[in-house]
Amino acid sequence: MSVNGAGTGACAVCLRRTWLIARLAGAIELAWAARRPLPALLALTDEELIAALGGERRERLRAEWEDFSAAAARQRCDDRAVTAICRCDRRYPPALRELPDPPAVLHVFGDPGRFVALVEQDCVAVVGARRGTPYGLEQARGLGRGLSAAGLTVVSGMALGIDSAAHLGALDSAGTTVAVLAGGAERAYPASKRQLHARIAAAGAVVSELPPGAAVRRWTFPARNRIIAALGRLTVVVEAGERSGSLITATLSLDLGRDVAAMPGLVTSPASAGANGLIVDGARLVRGAADVLELLYGAEAGQLTATAPTPAALPGDLSALLERVGGGCDTVAALTADGTGLDSVLAGLAQLELRRLVWRAEGGRYVCRAR
Amino acid sequence: MAAVLSRVATFAIDGIDPRPVWVEVDVRPGLPTFRVVGMAGKAVRESRDRVRAAILNSGFEFPARRITANLAPASLPKVGPGFDAGLAVGLLAASGQCPAEGLERWAVFGELSLGGELRPCRGVLSAAEGARRSGLRGLIVPRERAREAALVEGIEVAAVASLRDVAEVLEGGTVPELPPAEKALPDSPDTEIDLADVRGHVLPLRALEIAAAGGHNLLMEGPPGSGKTMLARRLPSLLPSLSLDEALEVTRIHSAAGVQRHPGLARTRPFRAPHHTISASGLVGGGQVPMPGEASLAHHGVLFLDELSEFSRPSLEALRQPLEDGHATIVRGQRALLFPTRFMLVAATNPCPCGYAGSERPCSCSDAELARHRRRLSGPLLDRLDLLMTVSRPSAEQLRAPAHSSSAVVRERVLAARERQARRLRDSAASCNGQLDARLVRSHVRADEAAQRALGRAYDAGALSARGHDRVLRVACTIADLDGRDGVGVDDVMQSLALRLRVADSWEVAA
Repeated sequence: MSVNGAGTGACAVCLRRTWLIARLAGAIELAWAARRPLPALLALTDEELIAALGGERRERLRAEWEDFSAAAARQRCDDRAVTAICRCDRRYPPALRELPDPPAVLHVFGDPGRFVALVEQDCVAVVGARRGTPYGLEQARGLGRGLSAAGLTVVSGMALGIDSAAHLGALDSAGTTVAVLAGGAERAYPASKRQLHARIAAAGAVVSELPPGAAVRRWTFPARNRIIAALGRLTVVVEAGERSGSLITATLSLDLGRDVAAMPGLVTSPASAGANGLIVDGARLVRGAADVLELLYGAEAGQLTATAPTPAALPGDLSALLERVGGGCDTVAALTADGTGLDSVLAGLAQLELRRLVWRAEGGRYVCRAR
Repeated sequence: MAAVLSRVATFAIDGIDPRPVWVEVDVRPGLPTFRVVGMAGKAVRESRDRVRAAILNSGFEFPARRITANLAPASLPKVGPGFDAGLAVGLLAASGQCPAEGLERWAVFGELSLGGELRPCRGVLSAAEGARRSGLRGLIVPRERAREAALVEGIEVAAVASLRDVAEVLEGGTVPELPPAEKALPDSPDTEIDLADVRGHVLPLRALEIAAAGGHNLLMEGPPGSGKTMLARRLPSLLPSLSLDEALEVTRIHSAAGVQRHPGLARTRPFRAPHHTISASGLVGGGQVPMPGEASLAHHGVLFLDELSEFSRPSLEALRQPLEDGHATIVRGQRALLFPTRFMLVAATNPCPCGYAGSERPCSCSDAELARHRRRLSGPLLDRLDLLMTVSRPSAEQLRAPAHSSSAVVRERVLAARERQARRLRDSAASCNGQLDARLVRSHVRADEAAQRALGRAYDAGALSARGHDRVLRVACTIADLDGRDGVGVDDVMQSLALRLRVADSWEVAA
């Protein structure tokens, strides 16, 4: 029955498993809401799942399960340009096998060959709050940029905020990035990230455990997080509140014996409370891509691949302005408070912005580009 | 007794234009009735009762005969109470209580009270223009609005208080004098608000000055209470005073809409701040009988849209044509009416629905709310704004800073810059940089090589749309004008960029 290695050929057993999970998504939601742990649920066999969650429809479900047509499932994947790679496939990422409940099938939107190559490289998961501050967003983007430039793959969840910023950063440089979605891989979730979804699919890969057309459920987010944690050799948390879902990813990562790192924020910033807490609990502190590389490959790698832009080439007044912005004078009002002319500050800021050394954030604040 | 017919000249205000209307009154023996025909609106039909009472209370006789009044041309819809006086006079003439000869020289315009007094009504200035165009000797108008009619040269204005006075003028008696001109009272408290009261707000003040100097539209984004409205209200104090032609146009529109603050010429630039629940026709003009909208009432002045994201999409869409063309076209039946709408648009918005994104207070909006807010603000209208800037709450330190230059000082600079523009643009249709279209930007804005290179770099980086490219250049041109230079240099372009780019644009797009 198995058709390993051939195009979209995931085996029938795995396809059926995935179909069942999607079919029972509502029931899993209820069970999960009733505090049944997700790994335990997802580790059940097909028969056990039907028995445990099928409820009154158990018999009908069983009949459907027995009549399951793998050809139709493959057709559904082909129709949406999604490639199914199952556990029995040798292309299946070995890192996922370390999970207690590895997904039966990974649905890949984008070139499957490229996806396989991307997960063969070292992957780093970058996760964080959906509501990132300008600082956090820029740091996540810088991280994505630096890691991708160094030949690593940036794995994240394409959520709003930090996740998307990390993907964007990777797209800024080599484009080596994998987005793991909580719904079907062929459809952007959140929908506002449609463009980002298309760019990631074109340069990297978008994957999901669930078959095409599957809608997101509340439990599919933590389920998605386990895949992100498992794919990454290291998970970096950039900005997470005290009860952020990113902390779940960090815990999952620790459970798998992987390293966890966090980027520090202001101790007064609620947006960084979770990330700072991780550092207190022993997570590695990283200040940027160079620190991550050092963590993974030793001190020399960090120095070799430092990706800081070269403000040395800036005229003196611009680099002085840049330093002031980095030092906390981040608004026009603050920069002109010492009597510096408004015209020269405005012109200088625009120069820096055009050189991509600063960004403008909400509230008219300027944010230095991450080193 | 045979039928007697009289004809009185008066005017219907169609949009803001006068249309000559003849009130014909026919009085003949028969059952006593009083009918008004000729596309008369509700207020006109009701005028029968006012006319009857006014005639009786003025000591005239109301003929107990069959009275038919016709408002010609019958094809033009007529609304409003401005026909009262014409109807009453026609009736008096038709019943022989007042000489008909005078009616060939005078037009009559005004509303009647039951007691026979002439009450002020809207559109007097337009009616006076109509009287001049029709070649009449003069116009009889309510005393309170006589100063307004007298703005039109070449006609005589009879300022009357009552129906009796009208009859006297028509009999060839003395023409009542105009009421004395009022003392030059300030039009509004707006003239008392001054930039000198402002503390902090370095960037917004600079943007306001540039906007005033070049006639640029601008958007302010900032949390509630940061001073957006306060700043916008100070914009008129920076603008050059109205020229006579402009003042006449403004007065005509305001008179037709019935919103002027005092009789006589408008002296200050209008500042209109409609609420965000306004409909599209309220904003650009319309209605069954078209009336000028807020965009026209802000003609030659400032249209301030607070909470821009809360305005309905149709309203904002409707604003596009007036912004581009300088007028709004309203089509009703077979007629197209043109309302002039050359205003400066000042829009203000919160950075997010709760208002606190990017400020000291945490933002409490959901992602969906944020996305919706952003979506509402993106789009064609935003692309038509030249200056986009953030207003933040000034710090305590800034509140103690020395005062900004007064409005008068800034206005001097604005005037100098405007003169420079007028000189440069004298052979074109535009009068300030804000009115330059793509073609005029190419032909009238000289940017040196470094400036062009810088602009090209910003454009290539995807930070600007094609339209945004021209807008940056226009603003850069005004910055140079303020500095007393005709050519645009690289620093002008840079400043202009700093006053335009926005997070969402630069951060998301740039790769």
